[in-house]
Amino acid sequence: MATYIPEEYEVVRNYDLCTNCGACEKQCANCVHKFNKAANKMVADSSKCVNCHRCVCICPVHALKIVKSQDVYRNNCNWSAQTMNEVYRQADTGGVLLSSMGNPNEFPNYFDKILVNASQVTNPPIDPLREPMETTVYLGKKDAEIKRDEKGRLIDTLSPQLKLNMPIMFSAMSYGSISYNAHESLARAAEELGIFYNTGEGGLHKDFYKYGKNTIVQVASGRFGVHPEYLEAAAAIEIKMGQGAKPGIGGHLPGMKISDDVSATRMIPKGVDAISPAPHHDIYSIEDLRQLIYSIKEATQYKKPIIVKIAAVHNVAAIASGVARSGADVIAIDGFRGGTGAAPTRIRDNVGIPMELALARVDERLRQEGIRDSVSVVAAGSVRSSADVVKAVALGADACYIGTAALLALGCHLCRSCHTGKCNWGIATQNPELVKRLNPEVGYKRLVNLLTAWNHEIQEMMGGMGINSIEALKGNRLMLRGVGLNETELRVLGIKHAGEDI
Amino acid sequence: MFVNNSGIGAPFEGEVRIPSGCAVSAIIDRSGKTMTGEKIIRSIATMHDRSNGLGGGFAGYGIYPDYKDYYAFHLFYNDFQARKATEDYLIKHFEIVYSSEMKTRKVKGIWGEPIIYRYFLYPLSKRLTNSLMDEGQYVVKCVNSINADIDGAFVFSSGKNMGIFKGVGYPEDIGKFYLLDEEYAGYAWTAHGRYPTNTPGWWGGAHPFGLLDYSIVHNGEISSYDANRRYVEMFGYKCSLQTDTEVITYIIDYLIRVKKLTLNEIAKVISASFWSTIDEKSEEEKREETFLRKAFPSLLINGPFSIIFGFDGGIMALNDRLKLRSMVCGEKGDLAYVSSEECGIRVIELNLDRIFAPAGGVPVIYKLNEGVNA
Repeated sequence: MATYIPEEYEVVRNYDLCTNCGACEKQCANCVHKFNKAANKMVADSSKCVNCHRCVCICPVHALKIVKSQDVYRNNCNWSAQTMNEVYRQADTGGVLLSSMGNPNEFPNYFDKILVNASQVTNPPIDPLREPMETTVYLGKKDAEIKRDEKGRLIDTLSPQLKLNMPIMFSAMSYGSISYNAHESLARAAEELGIFYNTGEGGLHKDFYKYGKNTIVQVASGRFGVHPEYLEAAAAIEIKMGQGAKPGIGGHLPGMKISDDVSATRMIPKGVDAISPAPHHDIYSIEDLRQLIYSIKEATQYKKPIIVKIAAVHNVAAIASGVARSGADVIAIDGFRGGTGAAPTRIRDNVGIPMELALARVDERLRQEGIRDSVSVVAAGSVRSSADVVKAVALGADACYIGTAALLALGCHLCRSCHTGKCNWGIATQNPELVKRLNPEVGYKRLVNLLTAWNHEIQEMMGGMGINSIEALKGNRLMLRGVGLNETELRVLGIKHAGEDI
Repeated sequence: MFVNNSGIGAPFEGEVRIPSGCAVSAIIDRSGKTMTGEKIIRSIATMHDRSNGLGGGFAGYGIYPDYKDYYAFHLFYNDFQARKATEDYLIKHFEIVYSSEMKTRKVKGIWGEPIIYRYFLYPLSKRLTNSLMDEGQYVVKCVNSINADIDGAFVFSSGKNMGIFKGVGYPEDIGKFYLLDEEYAGYAWTAHGRYPTNTPGWWGGAHPFGLLDYSIVHNGEISSYDANRRYVEMFGYKCSLQTDTEVITYIIDYLIRVKKLTLNEIAKVISASFWSTIDEKSEEEKREETFLRKAFPSLLINGPFSIIFGFDGGIMALNDRLKLRSMVCGEKGDLAYVSSEECGIRVIELNLDRIFAPAGGVPVIYKLNEGVNA
């Protein structure tokens, strides 16, 4: 049967500008461009194009652009071209559809419907260029007992804390799903910024142990790369119970991405798909989670905070409450927009709930139960800008994780093809030729630039609100107002509608 | 719940958050000698323009020596039904040793006053034992329950050997209304003139705000309000008035009564030094202040404030960490003064031994001299 699926995007070349230099051909791992000798010109096979914009960026004469294809099926509001194409693909192959990065579909984005307050008259705004403006955050349990030594001086009874110079960390992205150079960029940026990056479930490459004090290592259901030195090397340990992009299932790293180095780091065979199970097979209930938390605490002499990462699902507040009562020092909540290196399309696009709602409910629930103090909350799952960070903190987060935004800083153009392993930007690939396109020296500086800029913006917004310390913003929901949200949404978020008085 | 009945369609206190600008003032005689309210009235009257006639009030310490072992409850009633319901409640929970309508006089500029009563009482011992609470908790719980559950009744003072007097009007008129210049003598007084921006004025909403023998007068509008409120509400407090003063009182009560911190330590929590300042301090201070900031991040009070915290045996003056509100302290022998403006001190004492403006976040604590009993 003829089942040609028309390309979604079309490569358009301006032949007045093209010099046939061949750069596009060399740069495209998808083999879209080639030189046609007979015609003496470069031609493109758009059907292979993933729209990663590598050729567009690299073309020295700007002769290329990628446009949405004009080849369309009959308009149908119910059966979109994508839905139809997916049916064709599955009829062809019998396979589960795979996707990468976060859910791209049209769902409400609550951050975009929340506005932030500023001081006028009765309370002065504070100028961050002239006054101190503190964005330092400590993550960990705050429910310390007050104890004094024999001289009456306070004793530091706090559980281990993570100090962040700004309320942002790089979220879990495994070595394997992303490249060595991407990891090096993240690690070095975290070190310079005084924050943390996260190994994901792929283990810690031996070269990166030196960044240990800025590293969060993950223990996931596959237990890839977990051993005593790995735990010992890190500043904190994250138990991954779920991921926003694929709640309810484990991870999947295609065999083609498992190189010698990745295999050694993960302690798994080379070239074979690495599939971590949906549950941890030693955690079938909350009391089992408690055992794992305390096993890891025992293994690391109670010196390191334990983070438990959960996907934002319908009863996330109750789950978070259970996690908080199980000894976790930090809970990370990952919303349904969160990115991934590979996830079944149906899961990514249909499972989970928005992080903003989950965060608001978790924060409120922990307060209602009087245990908000016993755990820090980190929000993840599409934090796209400093404004999102400010709103998340005001809703109740102690800090945010960013993944996609960090990858964009490294060159990612969100073509959502990470699972193919052919990332032209050298990020989501293990092909040495592609990996070397990402220069960690440049990459880490771009990450530092991005978060330095965000931190300035956070300070500007805080100053406007008359706040000079980020802790006074945490859970300060009166600083937020909703626009165009219905009563239920406002109630869940715990904020008022714009125009309502304080 | 006691609400205004001004009938102008504005929101009731407690229904909306009410920020306000203000004037504050305080005097303490550290030798324990008592003085009438005349001086404190003159002090706050000098700063007339810092209030707008929508609230004024005073707290006097050491004013009930004859009843110093009993809780002095001051109540506003809307009507006699509210009084009846409240007294029924009080009789069930307390032994009332004395009760009467508060003595007041007609003053031009003060109108619409509620029915004002005073009770001296102590908890019924059996009730207290059965409640499994300590005495302070028991009294606080009863006060909260009257304020929340009885329509038209509001307890606005509940400490021992101290009393809060407040209402709608300019503070100097309120002082005269309650005859503070004639009827009462205390070793310490605090005063407040209110400049609210969001209320038609309600007697219960005037300041000082009190809880047991703690009282707070406050000038400012804190930008951390909701962060602070949502945090203290975890520990059973209910911020029903939605004022800064209320939440600050609860924060201090929590840190003193529950966490057993000292006043200096409390200052390091609510008006914490900047991290950069802490870094420059001695190892010991660094250790202590870092611990307090890490342990109580949500109790940092941000935005402009100057507060005077009154307690049994003393007062504490404290500014926000940036000192965004004016506050001056003066001393003359055993007498110590705190005021929003210097004029508030000079008008009652021209020749001071010392006058200074405390830096942001640095508490000034004046206590009765060693050996002096309140």
